[in-house]
Amino acid sequence: MKEKLFEFAVRRPLLVIFLTVLFVIGAAYGGSKLTFKSDYRVFFGEDNPELQAYEKVQATFTKNDNVAFVVAPKDGQVFTETTLEAIHKLTEMSWQIPYSSRVDSITNYQHTVAEEDDLIVEDLVLEREMLPELDLEKIKQIAVTEPLLVNKLISEDASTTMVGVTIHLPGINEVTELPEVVASVRDIRDQVLAEYPELDIYLSGVVLLNNAFSEAALNDNATFIPAMFAIVAITMVFLLRTFTGGISTIFIVMFSILSTMGLAGWMGYYLTGPSASAPTVILTLAVADCVHILATMMYEMRHGTEKRQAILDSLKINFQPILLTSLTTAVGFLSMNFSDSPPFHDLGNLVAIGVMLAFVFSITVFPALLMVLPLKVKLESERKADFMDKISHFVIEKRRSLLPTFAVIIVALCVFIPQNVLNDDFVKYFDKSVDFRQATDFMQERISGIGSIEVELSSGTSGGISNPDYLKTMDEFNKWIRAQAETDHTNMISDIFLRLNKNMHGDDPSYYRLPEDRELAAQYLLLYEMSLPYGLDLNNQLDVDKTATRMVITVKNITSEEYLMLEQRIKAWFVSNAPQFEATIASPSLMFAHIGQRNIYSMLTGTTLALILISVMLGFALRSVKFGLISLIPNLAPAGMAFGIWYFLDGEVGLGLSVVVGMTLGIVVDDTVHFLSKYIYARRNKNKDSIDAVRYAFNSVGRALWITTLVLVAGFMVLAQSSFKLNADMGLLTAMTIVLALVVDFLFLPPLLMKLDNDKNTAMTTQAMTTKES
Amino acid sequence: MKLHTVKLHTVLVALTVQGAMITTPAIAETPEEQGLKVAQAVKQSNIGWKDSETSLKLVLRNAANQESTREVRSKTLEVEGDGDKSLSIFDHPRDVKGTAFLSFSHTTTPDDQWLYLPALKRVKRIASRNKSGPYMGSEFSYEDLASFEVEKYTYKLLGEKPCPAGTCYELEQYPTDKYSGYTRLISLIDKDEYRNWQTTFYDRKNSLLKTLTVDSFKQYQGQFWRAEKMTMVNHQTKKSTDVIFGEYKFGVGLKDSDFNKNSLKRAK
Repeated sequence: MKEKLFEFAVRRPLLVIFLTVLFVIGAAYGGSKLTFKSDYRVFFGEDNPELQAYEKVQATFTKNDNVAFVVAPKDGQVFTETTLEAIHKLTEMSWQIPYSSRVDSITNYQHTVAEEDDLIVEDLVLEREMLPELDLEKIKQIAVTEPLLVNKLISEDASTTMVGVTIHLPGINEVTELPEVVASVRDIRDQVLAEYPELDIYLSGVVLLNNAFSEAALNDNATFIPAMFAIVAITMVFLLRTFTGGISTIFIVMFSILSTMGLAGWMGYYLTGPSASAPTVILTLAVADCVHILATMMYEMRHGTEKRQAILDSLKINFQPILLTSLTTAVGFLSMNFSDSPPFHDLGNLVAIGVMLAFVFSITVFPALLMVLPLKVKLESERKADFMDKISHFVIEKRRSLLPTFAVIIVALCVFIPQNVLNDDFVKYFDKSVDFRQATDFMQERISGIGSIEVELSSGTSGGISNPDYLKTMDEFNKWIRAQAETDHTNMISDIFLRLNKNMHGDDPSYYRLPEDRELAAQYLLLYEMSLPYGLDLNNQLDVDKTATRMVITVKNITSEEYLMLEQRIKAWFVSNAPQFEATIASPSLMFAHIGQRNIYSMLTGTTLALILISVMLGFALRSVKFGLISLIPNLAPAGMAFGIWYFLDGEVGLGLSVVVGMTLGIVVDDTVHFLSKYIYARRNKNKDSIDAVRYAFNSVGRALWITTLVLVAGFMVLAQSSFKLNADMGLLTAMTIVLALVVDFLFLPPLLMKLDNDKNTAMTTQAMTTKES
Repeated sequence: MKLHTVKLHTVLVALTVQGAMITTPAIAETPEEQGLKVAQAVKQSNIGWKDSETSLKLVLRNAANQESTREVRSKTLEVEGDGDKSLSIFDHPRDVKGTAFLSFSHTTTPDDQWLYLPALKRVKRIASRNKSGPYMGSEFSYEDLASFEVEKYTYKLLGEKPCPAGTCYELEQYPTDKYSGYTRLISLIDKDEYRNWQTTFYDRKNSLLKTLTVDSFKQYQGQFWRAEKMTMVNHQTKKSTDVIFGEYKFGVGLKDSDFNKNSLKRAK
C-alpha cells in the first residue's frame, strides 16, 4: 500500500506537485480569516474561577481597562505653570480617545472645600488661563497629601504624574478597536511632546499591555520566519551538501506552515501571543522529516544507487520512524490541551496539525520534488572515520565511569527543580526592549505598580454602605492594607467620607473622621455625587443599590507567590475582622498569579498522559517492554535537567514553561527512537553484542541526529530571541532540553544499554524479539 | 428637581403662526434657522402652565441587571423670561428621606442649586458648573433633567423621520455650555404636538453615549403633554434607568416664596 504511494509520487511527480499546490492554496485561503486577539483575557478559559469572579465585579461596577500617560518633566517639577498647563491639555485631549469613558488627572481631580456654608466641588486646576493667578505651592500641597492622588496620580516627591484614561472597548470589531485606541493615544502623546519638549511621556496600562501582545507577535514573525528559513537553507547546503534538497525542504516547510495556518483560519481559530509562535515551531519540526529522508537517500546515492531507487529506498527505510516520531511529537504538543490557558491549546493543536501535515508532505510531494529537480552526488567508496566514530569510541571506552557520572549529574540537576519559583508577572512577559515594559518599569519606579487587587465588599443590605459599621470596617481595612509592604495606593470610598465630613464642618481638621450616623453618611454621598461632573462619577466604585463598594489596591511589583500570599492575608483579615460582610477578591494580577499554579497541576495530568501514550507507542514500535522502560530515562531526564539548570539561569517558572515538559517529550523521544531502533536492529538482526550494537547505532544515525538536533536547537533559539518572554523562555528551555537529550542519548543511554542489556540476558532479549528495521 | 421639565415633549398650545412657518419653511432658510424655529415652537408649546406637582420613581439597572429604586416628589414654578424654579423632595431610599433639592434654572448663566441635608440640618449650595454628573446614581444627569430653554443650545434641523406619533422632526442640538458632557443631542419631535419622543446623546468625543426613549405621554388640561414613562439607556456601560411619573397637578398655587432656602428647610 505505502509502496504504491511512493511509486506514484516518484512516477507522477508533476501530478503530485500539482495536487499538493492545489490543496495548499485551498487551505491557505483560510488564512485570510485569521485575526489576532489582543486581550490579556484570552489567557483564561471561560470557566476560570478568577476570571469569573473578576467579570462579576466588572458587571456590578464598570469595566476598567486603562491607559496611563506617565508624565515626567525633565526638571523634576510637576507643579510649574508649564507642566500643569500640559497636564490640563493632555487631560482635555484624552477625552477624545476612542471608547474612553473617564479621564483622571491631578488637574481634573475633584477637590472639595468648604466655603462658608457651601460645598465647593471643583477641578483642582479648572482652566489653563487661570494658572498664572493660582497658588501652585498650595495646589501641590493638596495633591501630595490627598490619599486618592498620592502614589497614584502624583509621586510623593511631586516629580512625576499620571493621567489615567478608562477605556471601554465595545468588542464589536476586535481587530480594529484596540489599534484605534493605541494610535490615538500615541498621537496625543506626540502632540503634547511637540508642544512641551521639556516633558517625558511614557505609555502604560492594560490597553498598552494588550497591544504589546500583538505587536510583539507581529515583530517576531516578521524577523523569525525569514531567519529560520535562512538557517534551514544553510544547514541543508552545508551539512547535507545539497541545493535541491534545501529548496525542496523549504517548499515542504512552506506548505506545512501555509496549510496549517490556513486550516486554522478555516476552523475559526484566532491568534494570540503564544499561538502566533506556531509557524516558527512548525518550521523547525517540519525540517526533521526531510533531513532523515535526504540523509538516507544521499547515502544510498553516494554508494552508487541511482536517484529514483535511492528515493524509494529512503522512503521505505524512513517511513516508520518518521511516522512514529511525527506521532509522538504530535502527542507531546496535544498534551498542551490540558493547559488552563486556551492560547496553549491552540499552539499545541496547530503544531500537531502542522507536524502531521509535514509528515504527509515529506512522503508525497517531497520525493516528487526531488524527482523533478536536478540532483547529483559524488560517489564515495569508503566512509572516512569521523566525529561519530570518536564519540562511540569514547563512550564505549569510558562506559564504566560515564554511567555513574551521568547518573549523579542528572540527579544533582533534578534536585534543583523545586527551587524554581512560580511567577506569572504579565509585565515581565515582555523584555526590556518593549516600550510597554520600559514605561511600566518607569511607572513602578516613580509612582506605582501596574498590578492591583480589587475587593468588592458587600454590606448585604440596600444602602448598607452608609452604615457606620460598614464604613468603619472599610476604613480599618484601608489602614491595615496601606500598612502592608506590598501596597502602593488604595482607592476607597471611606477616604471620601472622611474628607466630606471635614468639609461639612467648615474644613475643621478635627472632623476628619467618619460620619457616625447612617443618614448623614448617605446624605453626604448624595450631595457629593450630585456635585461631580461628567465622567468623574462614583459608578466605578458603587453599585446601583449602594449595597457594595469596590476597593482598588494598587500593588508594588511582586511575584505571583507574593500575590497569592497577600490574597490569603486579605481573606484572613475579613474573616477575623468583618465576618458580617462578604468580600470578593479579584483582579487581572490575581488571575495571572493563579494561572501558573493551576496550569502546572493540569499540565501534570497532561504530561503524564502524553508520557504513557508515547511510551506505549515506543513499546509497540520497538516491540519490547524492556526497551520501552529503558527509554523512559533518556526521554524524561533532559527536561528534568533543563528545569534544574533553569534555576541557575532564571529561577522563575510560569505559564509558558509549564507546557515545556509535555511538548519536548514528543521531540526528544525522536532521538531515542532512532538510536534504540538501530541498536535493537544490530542486536537482533546482526547478532552483535551490546558494545558492537552501540557502535553500529552511532555510525548509522549519529550524523542525522546531530543535524536534526542542530536545526531544532537553532529553531528554538530563534524563538528564544522573542521580545515576548513567554515564547522566549519556552524557546530557550526547549532548546536546552533538546541539546541535553542528545547528550543523554550519546553519553548516558549507550553505557546504560551496555550495563542493562549485557550478555547475561542477551539470549532472552534476542529470543523474545522479532526483527524490526528502522 | 426639575424633572417635570423633561419636556422637550410638550405640546404646542394651538396651531400657532410659528408652527405653520415650520411646516412650510421659506426657501432661503438654513437648517440652523429651521432648527431654531422647532426649538422655539417646543418652548412655545409649553408656556402658561404656571406651576405643577408630581411624583416620580426611578428604577436603576446595572449591566448585571441588578435593580435599585429612588422616589422623589417634585414641585415646579414657571418663570417667565428665565428658567423654571423647582423643589424636589427625596422619599426613598430611606436614609436620604427628607433631603430636598432646590434649583433655579437660568437661560444663559449657570443654574443655582441648593441641597438641604436633614441629618446635618443645613442647606448646602452646590457648585453648579458640574451638572453633567449622574442624578442620584442614575443614567440621567442634572443637565438631562433641567428645564428646556431655547438658549441652552444651538440647533440644526436634520430632516424628518417616522416616530410613534407619525412624523417627527429630527433636531440636532449643540450645548452652549462648555462644561456640558455632550457634543450634541439628536431629538425626535413630533410635528403635531411638539413632544420629544427620543433623544440620543453623543459624548465629548462625539460617540453615541445614551438614548432616552419616552414610552407614553399624557395630556393635562387639554394642552400640556407630560411623559408617563421614559427610559435612558447608556450604550457604553449597558446601565439603564427607567423613570415612571405619577399624576401631575397643575395650578396648585405655588408662589415664589415656596422656592427659597427657608422653604427648602421646611420641605417635607
